[in-house]
Parts: sequence; structure tokens; C-alpha cells
Amino acid sequence: MSDNLTLPAQQGPADAPSPTETLLEVQDLTKHFPIYGGFPFKRKVGAVQAVDGVSLTVGVGESVGLVGESGCGKSTTGRLITRLLEPTGGKITYAGRDITHASRKELAPVRSEIQMIFQDPYSSLNPRQTVGSIIKSPMEVNGIEPAGGREKKVRELLELVGLNPEHYNRFPHEFSGGQRQRIGVARALALEPKLIVADEPVSALDVSIQAQVVNLLQQVQKELGIAFLFIAHDLAVVRHFSQRVAVMYLGKVVEVGDRDSIYTRPRHPYTHALLSAVPEIGIEDGAGEGRERIRLSGDVPSPISPPSGCRFRTRCWKAQDKCATEEPPLVQLSGNRAGHLTACHFPEEPSIEARDEDVVMDPALKALEEDAD
Amino acid sequence: MLQFIIRRTVGAVVTLFLIGAATFFLFVATPSDYASLSCGKDCSPQRLADIREALGLDLPIAQQFWDFMSGIVMGRDYPTGHCSAPCLGQSFYSGDMVWDTIMDRFPTTLTLTAGGAVVFLIVGIGAGMLAAYRRGSLLDKIATGGSMVLSSFQIYFLGPIVLWIFVYSTGLMENPKYVPITQDPFGWFMGMLLPVLVMSTIFTAQYTRMARSSMIEQLAEEHVRTARAKGMSKPYVFFRYAWRGSLIPIVTVFGMDVSGMLGGAVVTELTFSLQGIGRLAVNGATNKDLPLTMGVMLVGAFFILLINILTDIAYAYIDPRIRLS
Amino acid sequence: MTTLTKTEDAAAPTGADSFLSVRDLKVRFSTEDGIVKAVDGLSFDVERGKTLGIVGESGSGKSVTNLTILGLHNPRNTTIDGEIVLDGKELVTATEKELEHLRGNKMAMIFQDPLTALSPYYTVGRQLSEPFMKHRGASKKEAKDRAIEMLAKVGIPQPKVRFDDYPHQFSGGMRQRAMIAMALMCDPDLLIADEPTTALDVTVQAQILDLLKDLQQEIGSAIIFITHDLGVISHMADDLLVMYAGRAVERGSVREVMREPKHPYTWGLLSSMPRLDSNIDEMLEPIPGAPPSLLNPPSGCPFHPRCAYRDQVSGTLCTDTRPPLGEGRAAACHLTAEQKQTIFIDKIQPRLR
Repeated sequence: MSDNLTLPAQQGPADAPSPTETLLEVQDLTKHFPIYGGFPFKRKVGAVQAVDGVSLTVGVGESVGLVGESGCGKSTTGRLITRLLEPTGGKITYAGRDITHASRKELAPVRSEIQMIFQDPYSSLNPRQTVGSIIKSPMEVNGIEPAGGREKKVRELLELVGLNPEHYNRFPHEFSGGQRQRIGVARALALEPKLIVADEPVSALDVSIQAQVVNLLQQVQKELGIAFLFIAHDLAVVRHFSQRVAVMYLGKVVEVGDRDSIYTRPRHPYTHALLSAVPEIGIEDGAGEGRERIRLSGDVPSPISPPSGCRFRTRCWKAQDKCATEEPPLVQLSGNRAGHLTACHFPEEPSIEARDEDVVMDPALKALEEDAD
Repeated sequence: MLQFIIRRTVGAVVTLFLIGAATFFLFVATPSDYASLSCGKDCSPQRLADIREALGLDLPIAQQFWDFMSGIVMGRDYPTGHCSAPCLGQSFYSGDMVWDTIMDRFPTTLTLTAGGAVVFLIVGIGAGMLAAYRRGSLLDKIATGGSMVLSSFQIYFLGPIVLWIFVYSTGLMENPKYVPITQDPFGWFMGMLLPVLVMSTIFTAQYTRMARSSMIEQLAEEHVRTARAKGMSKPYVFFRYAWRGSLIPIVTVFGMDVSGMLGGAVVTELTFSLQGIGRLAVNGATNKDLPLTMGVMLVGAFFILLINILTDIAYAYIDPRIRLS
Repeated sequence: MTTLTKTEDAAAPTGADSFLSVRDLKVRFSTEDGIVKAVDGLSFDVERGKTLGIVGESGSGKSVTNLTILGLHNPRNTTIDGEIVLDGKELVTATEKELEHLRGNKMAMIFQDPLTALSPYYTVGRQLSEPFMKHRGASKKEAKDRAIEMLAKVGIPQPKVRFDDYPHQFSGGMRQRAMIAMALMCDPDLLIADEPTTALDVTVQAQILDLLKDLQQEIGSAIIFITHDLGVISHMADDLLVMYAGRAVERGSVREVMREPKHPYTWGLLSSMPRLDSNIDEMLEPIPGAPPSLLNPPSGCPFHPRCAYRDQVSGTLCTDTRPPLGEGRAAACHLTAEQKQTIFIDKIQPRLR
């Protein structure tokens, strides 16, 4: 993988995000989960290459989105960064300190600065603890005694996330899904973190509640200057929340850049396909027709034996022999903004306008549509 | 699948060896031994040494262990004669070959187990499934209530009541005893009927409850609803779709029950004065009869391991996800 | 664009152009905590060959409604009032036998999660063949041919080989295709799709949505498409029903509802959803509060505790009186038409640009 991921600021156009001090730097991060089997004695017969050489940076106070479909390794990446999982390879640098394989003790000061928000507001809160003790526990574990005491701090946090401080002694089951996610946010904020890794924080919530939590996170990010790694599959939510976005496919970052570049001038065919697949609310006449239509065939291949070369080639309409033999490096293509990197041998035009003809790779769809014509 | 069976069999043999070793050394480590017990009150050191020698207890522990283990595979010679493989040694107490004793008692245990299993599988699962099918009906209430009451009974409570009714007060039946099936099939059947029925009554009640709840759980599965949405009839969905999934927990418990029973149903045997494996185990332990205890232990462990493998094969048969992964 | 049945007379639904007609449907579950009013007076029609989209959040009653149409509710704790008429046949009072004959034959259903909705114990082929053999009296061989034909049609490669595979050997997208093939085995006139793409990835979702649309054109089924995703619905449906707390709060053609929504709840849904082309500098506008409990739904208009425009309605109308849902294009709201228009133009429309 290329190492030119840090934003080179010098030659960027004026509207490119101004580079800030780097808070988190991830280089060539790899996580392989071994698979055991065989006969007569079980041994390692392969590995799920969940994350395979991911490089990322998150600046101080910056919010970076990580999007991709299931199995692309975005959640694993989040867990590696928060060190809930042990990396197989690569390097994680937080605030200039290498924490890749840091022990519990070495990690302690950093732990409080990196917090995580989980997807499921039901299973991520201990049902036997009161809300107060859930939010208080990170402070207890880390031995932090805020001015005015922990309880006062918890009440402040509850107020901050839009819950009634009087609910200090209630249990999680007394709250709705959206309120529970607020509790999760309050817990993450208890240690005044500098970086929050949010793993699908709104995808388990009802539509009308999602916006409440997105707004809360946005407010937290802007007002407290906390950097976010926002992991989600919903492209519209990520766009709304993130200044920079990385697109992952089968354990690799295939494209990364500022929000505008990714959403309006993407170069990687996968990013094009992903954006064109989002069903948009059609309010205007002929809505949707202005955007390109790309229908891939099949599902994402197994991360146990990913395709050689470019991993997207098996579903890509532009794939050629070179794609099978040579893995495309993640580089800045000519015409791209600074910091907009793409890993593709045959990049697409930087536009999401409708093309003359749809790309329909799905054989069944093609057959049905040809019949209809 | 074959690979799986081979791997499991190898594992089972290793486990058996470890169980044998553990039993042996635990027994040796206990403070009182058979020699000093049988030597009696007026025991002289000379006599004790003689007994120890006669029983082979004077040999080094490792030697004793080796003799025992190799005997299982290759047979073993005793002053009283040859003990052919599988030789589990000679009882200290009676002087009989342990293997022969176990084989003598085994038909009783097998009859109890097999008879019981047939009754409680058919009646228990049948009643449980009917109750689930007619959930909320009178039938369901009777099945649930009845099984609740019955499963809280104990064999040593129910057994004497039944004996009193059928044997002592009315004389309808004779006292339970084991008659070899090859000798007199009718006598075998009548002799074991009461113990089998009493034992299986309690199991049946448990299986009724288990089958019912397992079935109700399966009926709530989404794929069962899909089958209904396809227009398949209620009995078809019940017996094809729901039934298959409800078998897994039943097979698990069934395997544990059967292997436990094959290792000896002590309470049933004692209640009905039957001579099964369970009673042998009790005798061996109370008499400090090392070879007998080890023999019964190993036979019991053998059945547990065998039925474990069979259970796993049954899982694979029931669920293609297990079979094909 | 289609309009909904104009003559909406609760007493005598006409089956002239509406193929499925639901009138004043009430579904109640008795639970330990009390009676859950899952569906509370719902009426709608579906035309032959058209797609009705039903949008709502969890607990809005959208899934319950459709299980009730198929008669798949649990009869032990469910009471149903109202009428469901499918092609002239009353379904609420139909016997189990009659319903069995219709299910999988005249009306079929696609469920949300194909992994749990297909039995893990039988091959995909067998599960596909069953309804065809039952409803068409086909032989095993005929059913197999039909199943392979359908598997090929929904885009499963090597359908002859995959016929003998078990669902767990399929990928998520392939499983949902197999599910669709199963639903279409007997050419149903009505297809109910309950969040059929919610469990799928976005690129696979796009394939499946296109596939369903193309298949509908070919076989001409009416589709009820249930989802919480307004984006999906605006691609799939002709008509739209917005549900809240067991009731329909807004109805109209997709174009009408998307272009000029009339109910505060629909406004809320639209302005709380981020879109790929929405203005990033503007915060989302969430609907305050949470969906109500159906054990004890709010009096009057069920949306009133969360409604931002309640104060524009005089008196206690919103808390006392349930607003009726008029006929055709309508919204169940006490705001006057003018108020709605003013609010929409001033507050809502700017957000949707």
C-alpha cells in the first residue's frame, strides 16, 4: 500500500479541507482471523483476511467516515484502532505514540482518550446497572475524579446528551432505543476523549430517531472538538457527518478523499457503483435519472480467499488482465484533489452524472430488461 | 464425515486411557486399601504381605498400571487361569473376572435402558408434540400438568408404590427379576415390565415437557412461518419444518440420559432388587475393589463416549449446516 | 400515475379496479401487559399490477397488516375486525383450508431476512417445489423443472446445481433471489414484500429492487411493498401509504406524497433523512420523542405528542378527536389545507431542495 495518505496540503485547491495536526495514523493495518481445520489434527488452514493493509489518518477534531458493505472490514478496523482486537500487522500511531501492540498498562493513558460507540443500544448497555453507574464506570476504571465529583459529572453528561439528569438511577430498559444510544454517547464522553470510534451508531434506530442521534454526535463533534471515526454502511448519513471519507472493499481502502471528491467526483468504479445503488428519495420529476445507474452482479466475495490483484475485479465492468495480476496502489490520480486517493488501474470519469448507457452486470436483470425492450 | 468419525474415535480412545489412569491413581492414593480391609482385625504383617502379593499390590504402581492397561488389550495371566482380552482384571473381593461379571450384569442394564428409552421416546415426545400442536387445549393442559407432577416424582418413591399395588397387595405380578430373553422371552418381558415402566414414567414426563417447549420454540421460527405462507398445511409444516429443528435439543438430552443409564441405573436397580451395572459400581466402591470399580468406570465411560459420537452423527444427519461444514 | 379507488365506501367495497381491498381493519393482540392495538382502523386498496408502498417505523403496524392478509397471525391471542377482500373473496372470515389454498398460490410473501426465512433443513429446490406441487398438483419432476426455471429467472447461476443446495450454501443476495423465486412459483396475483432488502447490502439491494420491478412487469402481480426506507419506496411504488401507530396517516401516489407531503409525520420523516444531495451545512430536523406504545396509544391524533404544529390547531382537537383520513389523496390531520400548504412551503420545502 502507498504511504502518501497523510494529506499533502501544499498543492491542494483552496476549498480542500485544511490539514490539521494528525491525531491518529494507521499504516498498513492488517487483521487475519485464522481458520482451523484439517485431518487428522486440526491446524491453521487459512485466514479470514478481514482487514488487509488499511492506511488512514484522522486529524485533531476531524470526522472521518468509513463506508463499505458487510464484510469489508470497516468494523474490524474500528475495533483494531480501539485495540479491542489485536492487530496482525501494521502500525497504529495515536498522538505520536505507537500503540499497535501496547500492553494494558502502556495503553491506560490512551484508553481514556479513545472511546467507542456501538451499534446496538440494547446489548451494549449492562441491563443490571443504573444509567448513572454505566456512565460513571469509565471514570472509576480509569481513576478519574472530576471537579465536583463523578455524580455531578454524570448529571452534566446526561444533560449534554439530551436526557433528564433526574434519570440517573433508572435502568436501561426504561429507555427507548434512541435514548439508550444517547446513554452510550454519554458514556463515551465521560472521559473527555479526543477520538470517538462510532461503529454504525444509528443503524439500529428508527428513521425518525436516527436524525436525533446524528445531530447529537455532530453537536458533540463540533462543540467539544472531538475527532470521529464514523463507521457506517449508510452513505447519506456518512456524507452528512464526515469531512473525509474512506471507502472500503474486502479489507482494503479503495478510495479516500474529502467529502466532495468522494460523493461528486469519485474515481473508483466501486465508489461509483455504491453511490448509484443508493435509492434516493425522488421528489422532483424524473428523479434519479440524473444519476448514473450501475448494477453489479453477485455479492462480495469471501474474505477467506479474496481475488488476486484488485479485489474488486470480479464485479468490475472495467476489469482487464492487469487487474488480476497487479494490485493497484492507493495513489492520487491526475485531476484529483490533494488527498483524494484511488486504488484503481482503470479509473472512472470524476462524475456521477448519468452515462449514456447503464452498467448492468447482473445476468438476470439484463435478461429481463432485454426481454422488456 | 468419515474423517470426523475417525478423529472422534481416536479422541475417545485417548479419553478412555486418561479416565482409566485417573481412576487408577485416585484409587491407589486413597488411604485405606483392600488388602488391609480383608486382612481383618487380627492382621499380622506377614499375612498382609501375603495378601498384597496374591493381589499383585506389592508390585510397583507403574507395573500394576501397566499390567491393568495391557490386560485390556492383550489379555492377562492369573494364577487362577488366563483372562482373555478385553481383560479388566480379577475382582479382589470375589475373585471373578471383572469382564465376565460385567457381561453377566449387562443384559439387565441394557433391557432397562432400551426398554425405558423406547417408552419415553415414543410416549414422551408424542405427548409433547401433541401438546404443542394443540397448544392451549385441554389435552395440552393435561399433558403439561401431568408431566409436571410426574417429573417431580422419584423412582424410590414411585417404585415401592407400584410394587405394593401390583405385587404385594394384588399379586397380579411377580417380583421383578431378570430372565434372559433367549431363555424365556415372556418371562423377560414380565420380569422387567414394572422397573422399565416406573423408570420411564419419570423420564417420559421430562421428555414431554422438553418436546413441547422445543416444538413451540420451533413453531415461532421464521422459516416455519414461511412454510405456512407458501400454503403448506398446518400438520405438514408441523411435522416437516418445525419437527426437524426441535430434535436437536431432544437428541442432546437423550444421548446424555442413555449413556448415563448404560453406566448403571443405581436407584432403579436398588428399588427393584435387580442386579445391573449400577449395583456393581456401588459394590466395587464400598469394597475398595479396585479392578471392579475400574472396570465399571471404563465401561460407563465407553458408553458415554460412544453415544457422544453417535449424537454428533445424529446432529449431522438432522442439520445439513453441521453436515456440510 | 394511478389514483386510489375513488369510491371508498366502507360498507360496500367494490372490486371493480381494486384487486385487494382492506376496510377498517383492526388487529388486536392480547398480551400479559394488556391489549396491543397493532392495527387500528386501516383501509386501503391495491390495484392489479400496481405497487402499493407502505412506509412506517417499527410498531407502526405495517408488518402485522400483511401477516393478517395472509392469515398468518396467531389465532390464540389475536382478534381481527374489518374486511379484507382479495379478488372478491373475503379473507377475514375465510376458513383455514381456503386460506391455505390462496397462500403461495394467489398471494405470496417475501420476508425480510432470507437466512431465517428459509428452512435450514431442506434444500432450496425442495422448498421451491413444495408450493407448486401442492397448488398445481404438479409431479416432482414438473415442480423441479419449474423451480430451475424460476431460479434461472431470478439470476441464480447454475440453477440445476444450486437446486440441490441448502440455503446456508447461498450468499445473502442469492438467498433473497431464491426467496423471490419461491414466492413467484405459482405466478401469484398479489405479492407482499416485507422489508425484502433491509438485510442486504446496498449494491445487492439495488439488484434485488430492479429485479422485483422487472419481474413485476413481466408477470403483472400486484405488490405490497413494506419498508421504512423512503428512498426505496420512491423507486418501487406507485401508491403510498404512510402508517403511524397502527393507522394510515397519509395516502396518495408516490409522486404526490413525495412532492407535496401533507402530514406532519411525513414531513418529519422527509426532513430527518439525510440524502446524497442534501445541504450539509444544515442540521437534520429530527422528529422529537419516540414512537408511542400501542398498549396505550395517545388519544385523538396518535402523532400529537410529537407534532410540532399542534398549536396551530384550535382547542383540544388534536388530543380529543382522531382526524379522519379522507378519500383518495389525503392526510389524517386537523390542520386546514391552507395551513398545511403554508407550513409546507415555508418550512418543509426549503429543506427538501
